[in-house]
Amino acid sequence: MSTIKIKAKESKGFVTVRALVKHPMETGQRKNKKTGEKIPAHFIQEVTCKANGEEVINVYWGPAVSKNPYLTFVYEGSKGDAIELSWLDNQGNRDSNKATVK
Amino acid sequence: MNRRKFIKKSLMTVAALGTFSALLIKPKRVYAAWPKASFDITDLSKSINSVYGHNDLSETTKVKLKVPDIAENGAIVPINVKTSLKDVESIMLFVENNPQPLAGGCMLSAKSKPVIGTRIKMGQTSNVIAAVKSNGKVYSASKEVKVTIGGCGG
Repeated sequence: MSTIKIKAKESKGFVTVRALVKHPMETGQRKNKKTGEKIPAHFIQEVTCKANGEEVINVYWGPAVSKNPYLTFVYEGSKGDAIELSWLDNQGNRDSNKATVK
Repeated sequence: MNRRKFIKKSLMTVAALGTFSALLIKPKRVYAAWPKASFDITDLSKSINSVYGHNDLSETTKVKLKVPDIAENGAIVPINVKTSLKDVESIMLFVENNPQPLAGGCMLSAKSKPVIGTRIKMGQTSNVIAAVKSNGKVYSASKEVKVTIGGCGG
């Protein structure tokens, strides 16, 4: 199962993309209550979205973005566009998912 | 040119071409593209300075920042930014009283409309600033969000 859920809908020549990523987004400031040790930072740094192979948006995130982050944006496109969204976190993990504009 | 020389030369050419194409194949975006320095800064004005190279934000009503007046849970604060400005290059989000004010930013392409939405964490009541870079100038909108439960502690 991919960590990304994408919904993209076209209306009047513009496509609204809504994406939800499953990620802990740990800030590195929280402490483990039992041991008192800091939980290491673990958050998504970069999100890139391509439509038909062309980059439409490139997002930089810091640790201040909520857990299981949500992103929405709009671009000029049409029905049937192939969308590919991918992320990269500070520990080098990455994932991507594809969707078709409805 | 004798045979030996010819072979030597052609081999060198192949090697040179090999290194050249290896350089070309390298990904355009490298891992270090994420502006770590900007995200590490703990002071708002320094943070803005590190992103744009100056602190000159002109407040405008053309940037619409939609955040709740009161956030019951600081761990999830919905934030929406929209602008009627043209040629928008980027939209950055700052939270003044967070440990690191820079929360995130979007680099827009020519195809994308300057409309974004996400959810951020806020440690305490603070001003939220949305900065929009358009035609080389930076415009902003800010709003105070009251937080009843912080989202940064554990």
